[in-house]
Amino acid sequence: MATRQAFDRDLAEVQQDILRMGALVEQSVYESVRSLAAQDSVLAAQVIINDERVDEFFRDLEAKIIGLIATQQPMAKDLRVVVTGIKILMDLERMSDYAVDIAQATMCMVGEPCCGSDMAEILRMGRLAQRMLKEGLDSYVEGNVEKARAMCALDDQVDYIFDHLFRALTKSMEENPAFVPSGAHLLYVIRYLERIADHATNVGEAVIYQVTGERRELN
Amino acid sequence: MSIPKISIRDLNLYYRDTQALKNIDIDIASNSISALIGPSGCGKTTFLRTLNRMNDLIEGVRIDGTVELDGRNVYSPDVDVVSLRKSVGMVFQRPNPFPMSIYDNVAYGPRVHGIRKKGRLDEIVEASLRGAALWKEVRDRLFTPAMGLSGGQQQRICIARLLAVEPEVVLMDEPTSALDPVSTLKIEELIRELKHKYTIVIVTHSMQQAARVSDITAFFLDGEMVESGDTGMMFTKPVDKRTEDYITGRFG
Ligand SMILES: Nc1ncnc2c1ncn2[C@@H]1O[C@H](COP(=O)(O)OP(=O)(O)OP(=O)(O)O)[C@@H](O)[C@H]1O
Ligand SMILES: [Mg+2]
Repeated sequence: MATRQAFDRDLAEVQQDILRMGALVEQSVYESVRSLAAQDSVLAAQVIINDERVDEFFRDLEAKIIGLIATQQPMAKDLRVVVTGIKILMDLERMSDYAVDIAQATMCMVGEPCCGSDMAEILRMGRLAQRMLKEGLDSYVEGNVEKARAMCALDDQVDYIFDHLFRALTKSMEENPAFVPSGAHLLYVIRYLERIADHATNVGEAVIYQVTGERRELN
Repeated sequence: MSIPKISIRDLNLYYRDTQALKNIDIDIASNSISALIGPSGCGKTTFLRTLNRMNDLIEGVRIDGTVELDGRNVYSPDVDVVSLRKSVGMVFQRPNPFPMSIYDNVAYGPRVHGIRKKGRLDEIVEASLRGAALWKEVRDRLFTPAMGLSGGQQQRICIARLLAVEPEVVLMDEPTSALDPVSTLKIEELIRELKHKYTIVIVTHSMQQAARVSDITAFFLDGEMVESGDTGMMFTKPVDKRTEDYITGRFG
């Protein structure tokens, strides 16, 4: 029986492209949080432009993967690689959308006063979400189940910070009504970051599935 | 699994000096569909034929181990091979209807088994053709030659012919390999349907077919049964590297 070199090449290419797309999304998440911290609307605009490239990757990769399924009918490991590819693709696309949402919040907040200690905590949450995405992608490159599991465990911290920040933000707004306009946006921002972290754990779960065939909810 | 329909233990088969089956162990549940896959020459047909002792007809064959049907070893000396083949029937790769009418093809088995009454034969022929999802297509030409039907219809005639003797187990050796895609899908649907009444074992070279129709898949290689298990698992997460290589087309 012939070996499937062309198919293997196509699969490897798809995985490479997913990583390229992942790097873009990682950058978007990072810069959206940075734009927020620096109140920098130019950087925020960059995130929005970046999202168009992410969407392009998404459409292109989706078509490639559908083509592989239709023509190659992958089975076993190949099937898991292909399914994992689609899942990660969708998660990355959503994360990029959330980064855009954060960037738009930044644009609305430029010039509004806000509570410095809350902002510091939000940046910490943003860095954590971004780290989860990075480690999720690393575990994908390496096929590293341990790394994927460890990354997924960070989601609890994110949830904890979310609860804490939710209370802190509402309290700041109660105490200083001048913070209300920015505070309202920041409530959304922490929700977006929490969702980004959830999608990062989905990436981790997809990696675990690809490697082991096990399907498990880790968040 | 509850009590298996077929239970095979330590089955070995030799064609003179060459061993074609090696220590096969497997249980097959009632009303299940098992697919046998594996490269050409790995022993699928040989294995299938051990289930109704068709290999007995070949010279120089030696078999050890047990094949139990409902708890009874089909190789014990007191087993009546004719009635065994009635309860464990076989459909072959190429449709092989007899050169007679559709009706006579289906009535053949019951007649051999002593049924002569026209009314009873009519009933059996209709029920069997319905069972083979062919009744509507042929009811107006029951007395025309079966050879005049399409390949897919001929294969379903062969299935009807088998059903007419009321088997318990149906063996199928690449039953769709000579058929077009539409006839293939019809046969596959029929197989799914038949499972409610019979236990089915099918050999196929199409991974997609095994995945579509079977509950259990067994992978053979060089006379060994490398792995068997739930079809969904076999096609997403096989345990053995050799199975993985075979079903992903990276074999050899
Ligand atoms: N009558 C026979 N006499 C001697 N050797 C035989 C006989 N029938 C089959 N064999 C050998 O036994 C081995 C298994 O053959 P078998 O026909 O069971 O394979 P298979 O898996 O059904 O292959 P295929 O997919 O090509 O139908 C092969 O090496 C074959 O050459
Ligand atoms: Mg064969």
